Amino acid sequence: MHRKDDYEKRREHLKNMDEEELIKYFWKLTEKIVDPLVELARTHTSPSIERSVLLRMGFSSIEAKKIVERMVKENLLGHGAGRIVLLYSELSKRDYLRAGKELSEGIGWDKITKYYRRRYETKARQKN
Amino acid sequence: MKLKPDKKIDIREILKNLENYTPRRYGWIWREKIPEQKIGIHTYFETSKPLKKSIPLPASRQMNYIDPQPDCIVTVEIASGRFEDDIRRMRMAAWHGADHMMVIRTLGQSHFDGLIEGTPEGVGGIPITRKQIRATRKALDLIEDEVGRPINFHSYVSGIAGPEIAVLFAEEGVNGAHQDPQYNILYRNINPVRSFVDAAVAKRIMASVDMLQIDGAHNANATAKYGFKVMPELFVQHAINSLFSLKIGMRKDLIALSTVPPDASPWPSLRLDIPYAVALRRVFKGFRFRAQMNTKYIESDTREATVNHTLNALISRLTSVDIQSTITPDEGRNVPWHYNSINAINTAKQTLIASDGIKKVLKIRENGYMKKKVRELIERAVLFLEEIIEIGGYFKALEEGFFVDSGMYPERVGDGIKRPIDEGDEAGTVVKREEDYLAPVCHHFGYNNLPEGIEKPCDLIDGCTLCKREKIVYIDELDPTDNVNIRLKEQEKYEKEGLFRPEVQWKNDGIILLSMFIPIDSEKAPYAAEEIAKRLGLKNVEVVHEQVLHPAEGSYIEIKGEVPFFIKESEIKVKERIKPLSDEVIREKVKEFGGIKCVAATLGEDEHNVGLKEIIDIKHEGIEKWGFKVIYLGTSVPPKKVIDAAIEVGAKVVLASTTVTHGNVHRINLKKLNQIAIEKGVRDKLLIIGGGTQLSDEIKDECGIDAAFGRGTKGVEVASFIIRKFLERDKY
Repeated sequence: MHRKDDYEKRREHLKNMDEEELIKYFWKLTEKIVDPLVELARTHTSPSIERSVLLRMGFSSIEAKKIVERMVKENLLGHGAGRIVLLYSELSKRDYLRAGKELSEGIGWDKITKYYRRRYETKARQKN
Repeated sequence: MKLKPDKKIDIREILKNLENYTPRRYGWIWREKIPEQKIGIHTYFETSKPLKKSIPLPASRQMNYIDPQPDCIVTVEIASGRFEDDIRRMRMAAWHGADHMMVIRTLGQSHFDGLIEGTPEGVGGIPITRKQIRATRKALDLIEDEVGRPINFHSYVSGIAGPEIAVLFAEEGVNGAHQDPQYNILYRNINPVRSFVDAAVAKRIMASVDMLQIDGAHNANATAKYGFKVMPELFVQHAINSLFSLKIGMRKDLIALSTVPPDASPWPSLRLDIPYAVALRRVFKGFRFRAQMNTKYIESDTREATVNHTLNALISRLTSVDIQSTITPDEGRNVPWHYNSINAINTAKQTLIASDGIKKVLKIRENGYMKKKVRELIERAVLFLEEIIEIGGYFKALEEGFFVDSGMYPERVGDGIKRPIDEGDEAGTVVKREEDYLAPVCHHFGYNNLPEGIEKPCDLIDGCTLCKREKIVYIDELDPTDNVNIRLKEQEKYEKEGLFRPEVQWKNDGIILLSMFIPIDSEKAPYAAEEIAKRLGLKNVEVVHEQVLHPAEGSYIEIKGEVPFFIKESEIKVKERIKPLSDEVIREKVKEFGGIKCVAATLGEDEHNVGLKEIIDIKHEGIEKWGFKVIYLGTSVPPKKVIDAAIEVGAKVVLASTTVTHGNVHRINLKKLNQIAIEKGVRDKLLIIGGGTQLSDEIKDECGIDAAFGRGTKGVEVASFIIRKFLERDKY
């Protein structure tokens, strides 16, 4: 986009604001831009975010990487790595650290996918 | 473990027991400001608590070696690519007054999906890993004890592994970090959605340990076509990141704007940049200011860079600064070298201290040109924000190429960086959190479906790593071929034999810099310099700077090259030098001893009096400067006459110079001087000092005189020697 400097024309509506008003207006506009970004972040997640959760849970970076890779493959990322590990820990009756380790080794994923398939089916039935 | 000033830091010691290391504190630390402080003979208004150990600026020699420390944090950027060499440079930097160690990451880490482990070597910075930052933080603990001031450790929470790096930094006591999703998007081409979603989680984790955040807006300046035209956009970038951070939960006083005076001479840069600095500080009141030095207009001339950086730090003082960052003057030619990091710190310290309290004498005008410019910049920024909203928000503006356009907004040239929402690295990797989304850990931003009654999220797992440090998994090394042990092993053979080479970046890299004037045609000059360096035996020579002084008369060239040999430290012969006393001490003591009287002459048949004059004359910084009374007897004076004159005038010091050495005449005359003094019964009342290019301690002992000063001796050394002798013995 090409545009000549039309600052003088554009500033007409700002001309009569004093500096305090202008700065207040600056931040009001910024808020309008930022708020949707905050909301987007609040309701979404990513592989790195989920790996960061696993790190905080006490898994190694290598284990975290493997678990999240599989979650993405199985379309489970939206549930959160914490949910998946605790769910498997419950389903397999294992301590959560051992459960996570197994998941990182590719063990136990069938139990999780089965769980969610059932959940979706139940939900779908309830809807119908 | 404690550091000793005369011992090198031992990297092997640092690496010992690293798996059990715990950072001594978390969070950012400011300097202890002292609003009014007398240091030496002057009162300072913008300084902080002095250091226990430091190296003052060179001119302080004439000011009793004072080393006032500015009130703001001083940053040094360190980017050798090997953490073990970074650590040594950090120690040197701390001694010169840096207390913010900013470690640059290796090329490409932004695009690395996950954490890197171990200690692999980097390019232009280190791969950020747990082991490297843990070792560095541990070393910094020792260094801060040595200099007596807390040191902030800093790196980057950016790229596609931002949240994980934030966790790592929070766990390992990293005190500050760059975090700005706009940087990821614009300069690393990481998907915009991914960048903002990740940033929120990363920022919340940073906030949990009071880590200081620095944004990435200054990069727009470095990338823009013209520095001054990007000013309105810089407001917008700062604002988006700052408000986003506040809303995520960061403390305002831990959000720092990375701001740089955008311009440089030969533009009238102070007039362009001061209104910008003032406007920014008005709009962003309450946030912190990290004043960066200009990199956009840095060429290979280190002198030019230093002048620009001096002016940059002056703007900091004229406006305000919380963190004065430094750019090395060699950034325009290579990865920063050891001594250029130190030069950069000293440029900042020198300028900030020189302009201490400058607002008491200078005030930035608030009317006329200043008022108009400040207002205009804020208005232009407001118009920028309005148009972002008008076209549909931030992502739309990115897609339209709003950012880093060469026009001064609202002018548009159409060359802005365009980043569509569904493009870039890791596009399509962000998913919506499901209704049962759960993260059983602390300080996690966003929707989290915690079971009812849970107060602390990590109660679900009996503690997360941020609450229970023992849960952190420490990985030592993953790559057996690329790690610190291998690099240390390579150095071992040299260490064992006590061998070393000069270095600029890595231990024993062998690099030196030669500077020369080549008096030929400017086009040929660099080739001539290369030839000279090669004939001197240097390897891998490369011209790093050339400046035409006149097209035909010649050019100034700086050329680097590798020294092809090692030197054995134990074989270096050192003449013990007299440690100089300060000007004040010498002057005071000379006065105390009643203005020490000396006779001075060249001995025998010796007409060479240049050296002697340099030791005596006030205009050559000779001993007269401090009030010594010197009676100059002339040249070619027989030893007997010298002693007689000393007795006659009541002198307590004899300064005898001998340059001629054929037939050992210098030894003979000095011996005579001693013998005659003994014969006359005045030897123990006279301090007999010999001087001359060939003199040594061996000759001193042989001739029975008190001191023998050789080539290159300075007046201050002779003066300091005399004072010390007088203090030892009261009979002179």
